[in-house]
Amino acid sequence: MSLEWIISIVENNWQMFLRGAYYTLLISIISTIIGALIGFFIGIMHTIKVRKKGVKYYSLKIINFILTCYVEFFRGTPMIVQAMVVFFGLDMAFGIDMHFITAGILVVSLNTGAYMAEIVRGGIVSIDKGQYEAASAIGMNHFQIMLNVVLPQVARNVLPATGNQLIMNIKDTAVLNVIGVTELFFQTKSIAGNNFRYFESFFVACVMYFIMTFTASRILLYVERRLDGPDAYQKEQKEAI
Amino acid sequence: MAVIKIEHLSKSFGRNQVLKDVNFQVEKGEVVCLIGSSGSGKSTLLRCINLLEMPSGGQIIYKGENILDEKHNIQEYRTHLGMVFQQFNLFNNHNVLNNCTVGQVKVLKRSKAEAEKIALKYLHIVGMDQYVNAKPRQLSGGQKQRVAIARALSMNPDVMLFDEPTSALDPEMVGEVLKVMRQLADGGNTMLIVTHEMEFAKEVADRVVFMDKGVIVEEGPPSQVLINPQHERTKEFLKRTLK
Ligand SMILES: Nc1ncnc2c1ncn2[C@@H]1O[C@H](COP(=O)(O)OP(=O)(O)OP(=O)(O)O)[C@@H](O)[C@H]1O
Ligand SMILES: [Mg+2]
Repeated sequence: MSLEWIISIVENNWQMFLRGAYYTLLISIISTIIGALIGFFIGIMHTIKVRKKGVKYYSLKIINFILTCYVEFFRGTPMIVQAMVVFFGLDMAFGIDMHFITAGILVVSLNTGAYMAEIVRGGIVSIDKGQYEAASAIGMNHFQIMLNVVLPQVARNVLPATGNQLIMNIKDTAVLNVIGVTELFFQTKSIAGNNFRYFESFFVACVMYFIMTFTASRILLYVERRLDGPDAYQKEQKEAI
Repeated sequence: MAVIKIEHLSKSFGRNQVLKDVNFQVEKGEVVCLIGSSGSGKSTLLRCINLLEMPSGGQIIYKGENILDEKHNIQEYRTHLGMVFQQFNLFNNHNVLNNCTVGQVKVLKRSKAEAEKIALKYLHIVGMDQYVNAKPRQLSGGQKQRVAIARALSMNPDVMLFDEPTSALDPEMVGEVLKVMRQLADGGNTMLIVTHEMEFAKEVADRVVFMDKGVIVEEGPPSQVLINPQHERTKEFLKRTLK
């Protein structure tokens, strides 16, 4: 009977499942953060405006061209193939023998960064230009405006998309089993390989994936609500001076 | 003494010349209302004064120096001008208090405590000191505009620029903003106000400037420009707006 099998599989292998889930979460969370930072960097580079002449302009053009190539490449190829290319390619070409966890984080980060770049660029462009003008009008320079006014608003606006990336990453890290990362899918495969109960083992994995993604999405929703605060403001009676 | 003096100012957007040889000045403590029909270049003039638009020609003299000279620090110059926008433009990521302190701390390098003290003083003046922790989206239009005025005042500017501060407001909120502005005018602040509120201009302005098609047609005390205008174009404009 399946249910009994499921219980016994959990009882006998819970440590392996948990270790797998740990690596899945570790890689997903770190990669989402690094990917978001890459996205911010590229988004900012793509929205810098300089006068159309001089070294500054052409350097920016060249850098942005390279960044665009990166974005297009990582969006246009399957992550499972990227994993193979990065892990084996770097070893072959440069003799870099990466730990598979490092390789996993690298691939997922680069992948997330490629998606986040467009999201952040859109986020920057969508900020009302009145915000920038008001900050200019009180004497802030470009750097101060970006740091104190524009980017915090972009960060808030791209939070849902970032959360979405995290959830995708929790699921998609499964492909890293091809380079031997011992995440949840890899562990489940080994467990099932031993007991030959594929359905029951993967059913457990399925539930675990769902718990992780569902929890992540609830936490993110909570954070968003906390950041926004209530719609109406309760004025403070005692504040008057 | 003139706080700001504009000489032969011109501005073109592509082939569209919006300002043509504009000359005028604002004296210390003076309240100047700038009126004119839509598209006459009032906003552009205001935006040229604080360099949100770069003038195509002419001079802007502040403290005896032309700030369009290359060597001038634009950011430093802007701290001496307070700007109030039609659309408020409060920083959405900051609460009311921080809207009024962020410029003081980051640009004027005041301490946080000092900046908060100054901000609270002006928030009190505009009647918004009970809302220090509110975010802009929690405020009504009139409240936002009053905070925007406090934000500009917190930088202790030499002159306040207003670009149709009540045009985006629901009618019932226009009064509260005009009341604050009247208070500032009575308090001796130097103000340059673009407005369509003729009654308000009549009451508070020391001088009214009428602009049409990018040139200053007529200027003088409200009793002259608004009640007994000399130029045909001014008469026409007033007839259109007052009915
Ligand atoms: N950024 C811009 N690019 C091109 N044209 C512009 C720009 N800003 C203003 N203009 C043009 O300049 C002219 C004057 O505009 P401006 O906004 O200064 O008028 P205004 O007197 O403030 O009018 P309103 O009462 O409607 O606010 C208009 O013809 C407008 O189309
Ligand atoms: Mg205007």
